[in-house]
Amino acid sequence: MADLVLRGVTKAFGAATVLDGVDLAVADGELVVLVGPSGCGKSTLLRLVAGLDELTRGEILIGGRRVEALPPQERGVAMMFQSYALYPHMSVRDSMAFGLSVARYDRAAIRARVEQAARLLQIAPLLGRKPGELSGGQRQRVALGRAIVRDPAVFLLDEPLSNLDAALRARTRLELARLHRTLNATTLYVTHDQLEAMTLAERLVVLREGRIEQVGAPLEVYRRPRNAFVAGFLGSPTMNFIGARVAVAGPCEVACLLPDGVRLRAGANGAALRAGDPVTLGIRPEHLRLADDADARIRGPVAVVERSGDACYAYLEVAGARDGLLVARLDPDSRIRPGDRLSLAAPLGAVHVFDADGVACPPAEAA
Amino acid sequence: MTRAVGPATLRARRARAAWWLLAPTLAALALAAGWPLARTLWLSLTDATLADPGDFAFVGLANYLEHDAGQWYGVLADPQWWRAVRNTLIFAVASVALETVLGVAIALALDVPFRGRALVRAAVLVPWAVPTVVSAKLWAWMLNDEFGVLNHAALALGLIAAPIAWTADPDLALVAVIVVDVWKSTPFVVLLVLAALQMLPGECYEAARVDGVHPVRVFFRVTLPLIWPALAVAIAFRALDALRVFDLVYVLTANSASTMSISVYARQQLIDFQDLGFGSAASTLVFLTIGLAAIVYLRLARLRPEEVR
Repeated sequence: MADLVLRGVTKAFGAATVLDGVDLAVADGELVVLVGPSGCGKSTLLRLVAGLDELTRGEILIGGRRVEALPPQERGVAMMFQSYALYPHMSVRDSMAFGLSVARYDRAAIRARVEQAARLLQIAPLLGRKPGELSGGQRQRVALGRAIVRDPAVFLLDEPLSNLDAALRARTRLELARLHRTLNATTLYVTHDQLEAMTLAERLVVLREGRIEQVGAPLEVYRRPRNAFVAGFLGSPTMNFIGARVAVAGPCEVACLLPDGVRLRAGANGAALRAGDPVTLGIRPEHLRLADDADARIRGPVAVVERSGDACYAYLEVAGARDGLLVARLDPDSRIRPGDRLSLAAPLGAVHVFDADGVACPPAEAA
Repeated sequence: MTRAVGPATLRARRARAAWWLLAPTLAALALAAGWPLARTLWLSLTDATLADPGDFAFVGLANYLEHDAGQWYGVLADPQWWRAVRNTLIFAVASVALETVLGVAIALALDVPFRGRALVRAAVLVPWAVPTVVSAKLWAWMLNDEFGVLNHAALALGLIAAPIAWTADPDLALVAVIVVDVWKSTPFVVLLVLAALQMLPGECYEAARVDGVHPVRVFFRVTLPLIWPALAVAIAFRALDALRVFDLVYVLTANSASTMSISVYARQQLIDFQDLGFGSAASTLVFLTIGLAAIVYLRLARLRPEEVR
């Protein structure tokens, strides 16, 4: 095992810069998840670390050793591909052993390692089968097994769960988390699924258009997004955004005027803001609650009600909200119906303030 | 109660429709292949001649092999037949082997993206598109000992001291025929292999790269097994074509004994010697040889007939 360090990693295809000066350090044994919308460069970053593509600029260090000029096999990485990349004509055993047979292991050692990995992943009974005879979940395990047998310094996983159905994905996610606790391998994990990223990551990296938007522990990033993009990317349903103007701004609190004239207070440090500045307020659906008319801040008619069983999502028509709708996660038993007029409120600390450039105001200073 | 005949009648109706759809093809096959084959088989058991095909007597297997007055007669007793068998086998094995190796190599090269690839791909197909008689004649002129461009170039470069009679020299004629066939038929193998290569899963190759598997090993362990079904079909087509080779040999070297294939032998007996019975026996043997080769090959290549499309 070893740590992985990226310094100023830049990749351009012709005139298009896909990655722009990415700095990242993954500690020995750490699982870091790269998450971002499609086209953000996350898969390219993985391929650069694997050695499948060449860097335009920057450095990659694995265990303190510069590897960007080395061919893939000399980097000590194992990669698991989104499509699994299993050899269609080879048995599971041969597929897993194929990469080992070049690494100067003798037959007995290869056999032992394949069987050990197969036991760990509970695929021992499948060793004689070919990919065509496996289910999607089994193929996923075989692909993982092929990475594990190589005992690499760094694991690279490219969307490992995206080809599974929802139920299997949730189960496999748990297994991956458990597997990581067993192996304690340095892992770079790419996904576009924010739920996967939130639940699996020890540290989360949000990528957009080739740049790192934020790095941190998943909850920290979720609770304190550095900008509106990160705030909107994590969480489902996504955070509500409402356009507003600053009324009064101070280091402990920002008071804003919504388009309909309602005054909404946010617990943020607005020292950099001035009265009249346009801002965007962000409130997560789970932080909105039904309120008395007296202390309610947001009012509107219900357009749609979605019931997921564990919650009731009410979509309100609110002036200034993105797409004209604002969603609140309410009690699953609430009797709200479309057409009802609701009054909602949110705790001070749950209202995020983003300036005109989408950058979040820092947390409020203690009064 | 409904009677349980629904699915059965439906199946019967579908089977009937299928037979109707097959009927024209079956009729055409019976007329174009079945009838001539049956007639050839029958004629091979007679002493008919081309001059008067109506006047013949049944002679049993005498055209194939007969012992008479201490002498063996018939196609199977003719040293020239066995010479033709030998020529045909050498031609088939050598040309198909060369076409396979070259075809795969060229297909691998054309599978890599480069500028002007579409143009090169189209150009590669030209020899295959030219009718065999035309390309044979073309090569006959290029190989001509007096006016041929090959001798001219080789002489100018000082590679040879005197013109070589490529197609007349018994030692070189078969080689010349093989070379021309390789030139003409390699594109066919390229075409089929290239189509197979483009179906290969790209990420498998990246996985092999990350694992550090040597490209040669990747070719033999991954690429070759995956393109084998297509390659086997290409080899089957080429082998069967090569075993019944006629036009190329006939145009390049006519009835020369040093290159005569079994098809050329059968034609010579039938047309030149006017011996309809004996020629039909030779033709039947050509048919049996190729049929046997096809069965043996399909077994060896482990291709089931439904995979040969």
